[in-house]
Amino acid sequence: MFDFNILFPSVLNGLTTGAIYALVALGLTLIYGVLHIINFAHGASLMVALYAVYMLARAGIDPYLALPLVVTGMFVFGYLLQRLIINKSSHGRDENILLVTLGLSIVLENLALLFFTSDTRTIDTPYTLATVAIGPALISHPKLVAFAGSLLSCALLYLVVARSRLGRAIRAVSKEKQGARLMGIDVDHIYAVSFGIGLAAVGAAACFLLPAYYVNPQVGTGFVLVAFTIVVLGGMGSFVGALLGGLLIGVVESLGGLYLGESLGQIGIFVIFIGVLLFRPQGLFGAKA
Amino acid sequence: MNDLRGIALFALAGLALPIFIDSGVWLNFIMMTLYAALLGQAWNILGGLAGQFSFGHALFFGFGAYAQAICQMQAGWNPWAALLVSIGLAAAVGAAVGAMTFRYGLKGSYFALVTLAFAEVCRILAVSFKFTGGGVGLMLPLKQSVANLQFPSKLGFIYVLLALVVIALLTTWWLKRSRLGAYMQAVRDNEEAARAVGVRPTQVKVWAIALSGAFMGAAGAIYVQIFQYIDPGIAFGPHVSVEALVTAIVGGMGSLWGPLLGALILHTLSDLTRNLFGALPGVNLVIYGAVLVLIVMFAPRGIAGIGASVRKVWRQGAKHD
Amino acid sequence: MTEVLLRAQNVSRAFGGLQAVDQVSMAIEPGTLSALIGPNGAGKTTLFALLSGFILPDAGQVHFLGQDITRWTPADRAEAGLARTFQIVQPFAGQTVRENIAVGAHLRRRARSQALAHAELVAQQVGLSDQLDKPAADLTVAGRKRLELARALATDPKLLLLDEVLAGLNPQEVAEVIPVVSSIAQSGVTVLMIEHVMQAVMNLAEHVWVLSQGRLIAQGTPGEVTSNTAVIEAYLGASAAKRLQAKVSGHG
Repeated sequence: MFDFNILFPSVLNGLTTGAIYALVALGLTLIYGVLHIINFAHGASLMVALYAVYMLARAGIDPYLALPLVVTGMFVFGYLLQRLIINKSSHGRDENILLVTLGLSIVLENLALLFFTSDTRTIDTPYTLATVAIGPALISHPKLVAFAGSLLSCALLYLVVARSRLGRAIRAVSKEKQGARLMGIDVDHIYAVSFGIGLAAVGAAACFLLPAYYVNPQVGTGFVLVAFTIVVLGGMGSFVGALLGGLLIGVVESLGGLYLGESLGQIGIFVIFIGVLLFRPQGLFGAKA
Repeated sequence: MNDLRGIALFALAGLALPIFIDSGVWLNFIMMTLYAALLGQAWNILGGLAGQFSFGHALFFGFGAYAQAICQMQAGWNPWAALLVSIGLAAAVGAAVGAMTFRYGLKGSYFALVTLAFAEVCRILAVSFKFTGGGVGLMLPLKQSVANLQFPSKLGFIYVLLALVVIALLTTWWLKRSRLGAYMQAVRDNEEAARAVGVRPTQVKVWAIALSGAFMGAAGAIYVQIFQYIDPGIAFGPHVSVEALVTAIVGGMGSLWGPLLGALILHTLSDLTRNLFGALPGVNLVIYGAVLVLIVMFAPRGIAGIGASVRKVWRQGAKHD
Repeated sequence: MTEVLLRAQNVSRAFGGLQAVDQVSMAIEPGTLSALIGPNGAGKTTLFALLSGFILPDAGQVHFLGQDITRWTPADRAEAGLARTFQIVQPFAGQTVRENIAVGAHLRRRARSQALAHAELVAQQVGLSDQLDKPAADLTVAGRKRLELARALATDPKLLLLDEVLAGLNPQEVAEVIPVVSSIAQSGVTVLMIEHVMQAVMNLAEHVWVLSQGRLIAQGTPGEVTSNTAVIEAYLGASAAKRLQAKVSGHG
């Protein structure tokens, strides 16, 4: 049962998936950390990005080359979404944002259903089937690239927020909105930019994900709860938490699938989610509320 | 008193109207609208009155539906008796989930997400076990009779749903003028202040979720009777959760008639779109989602809220004349 | 000798490294109207939160009517007769004034009609009779303060903790609320009020407690307390106190 030759590949696969999860969760935790809103449309956004990568691939553009396009596109999408819709919805209650993002996720998911039907689609690239041997494990190229690419993107995201001028403004706004406003920072703009960055991260994740995965209108739903689990496990607003949490959840999912089967294996994640919320809501690295 | 009269009128209209309707399409419309209204009313008790938003309300629906099917198919029970079991079980699940989550202080968005997680867990469990029929689900054998809660024409189901909707109306009416309901609304509006005047928020919320769950369970059971089929996706999936939530919010959270208004409007909209665009998959939910976004953005108190504002402006205008 | 209504014994509470309340002991006699004063940040609201159960102390006990309520929930304390208002008013925004007060009234009255009737009575006591059907969200600051007061009063408390009920009111509004507080005390409710408005403290309070940096530094009648050097120091600083003292003795 604990045969290394079976365990090791499962863990490695889990890590590669986990890295992508981490990138998606990073976007979510950034959005929460800055805007203090829970973006229920995060999963649906990933689905949108995946379809964008899919369409570009069909048009002949390799997913990895499409990276700048998709990232920029998702950034603009996120910026507009926040500025035009989400910003105008809170009316003082946090739950309203949750409802609006839920509504958006429903609209996006079903528009996708309308335009693309519920067919599951994959893309074929010259490297889809190529694999690399690491010990007893055979890891496909796309997964390896996904692992490296996601981690690099996480690092890039961290640098932007921690070192750049924009990052400084973002951090100011997330800590003290009024104060930041008094310093002349356009808070609404920063909010929208942060949301945009959150979705841009999702865009990058999609480029890494599609070659090794698939897309259909429901993928978003699957990712939403996983992303939330990671963010909650790692601690809302914590970068390190999202990164480590993502990797951990990826491995949990992989091992869960190995020992409990495909569908039952998913339960592990939700049980973790419920458990963390009940017993340690601040997560591993979050601040106590 | 006005409201009680309104409920009585509604009940009478509900009894009389369908008799004069021949068209199967219209009867179906009435039946599905009543069904949606029931979902909305259930959600409204927990979300509108007690202010706890659940995104996984299908949890209780699913328990009710599966209980209804399993009691009949595996225990040979009479469906009317099974209905009572479904309602009771769903209420108990509600109380259990509530006791757990509210005791640990979960509220707001975290509570919404946890309910979704619970629903998903149950969906996965339902797929994995034999006695729930696995991924294929359960099919109720056809045997039409009143005693068997299966009716050849929609009329029978309409009356059953009507009875449940009226009970839900009366329950909501009673809550709005009882201590429990006052406490629920206090917890909704300001939990800390409520504590300071002797309200015990956890207790109150658990009552709310149990009542809410009971009605969802009833809806789930009736669904099984109507469609003679249940599977994990329908029972615990997002469609039911979304329909309950959107119906209540669009109609007007916390109001007596809101869920009915919401159900009527959303179903009319979806029928219209079906006539305009054909039965395209997903169009229905796109409308639901879009309406939800628009209502939250521009009319957070829902249609009933708009009605109240219109009446207020009307009265103020009359004063100035 | 009347039994003490509320007794706090060596109650302490720290937040992080900050000692917000430091071994405070006080006893409230029934039927009294006392005030808790002190400079900003002295820990007054924290003390109220400890007494009313919204925060639990790190050390010390709280007794109410002889019972140890140190770890009781706010709701249990309200049921025992200990009610409080909040410094930042917290109305039930979605409801009318009448409905707001009725929530408090429901503590001792199960029936809706009884609760609503009592709400009307209480509204009369605090001067909100003409606004009973107004949505609470539409009230002015003064109105909300009265609502806050009414809601707590509707629970038929034995002890009412008022947290800066006069804050944010203009002088005329203050002059209107003072008699309301006075009449509440006269009707038999024991009152402990946190207050910065000295006029109210001097006019209303029989007994004053002074808190500074979490510690009880003085207590006594209003006259005694305001001429106490330590108190003056706490408010104005040591040098200002010396100057004032010199001035006073110069005129003596």
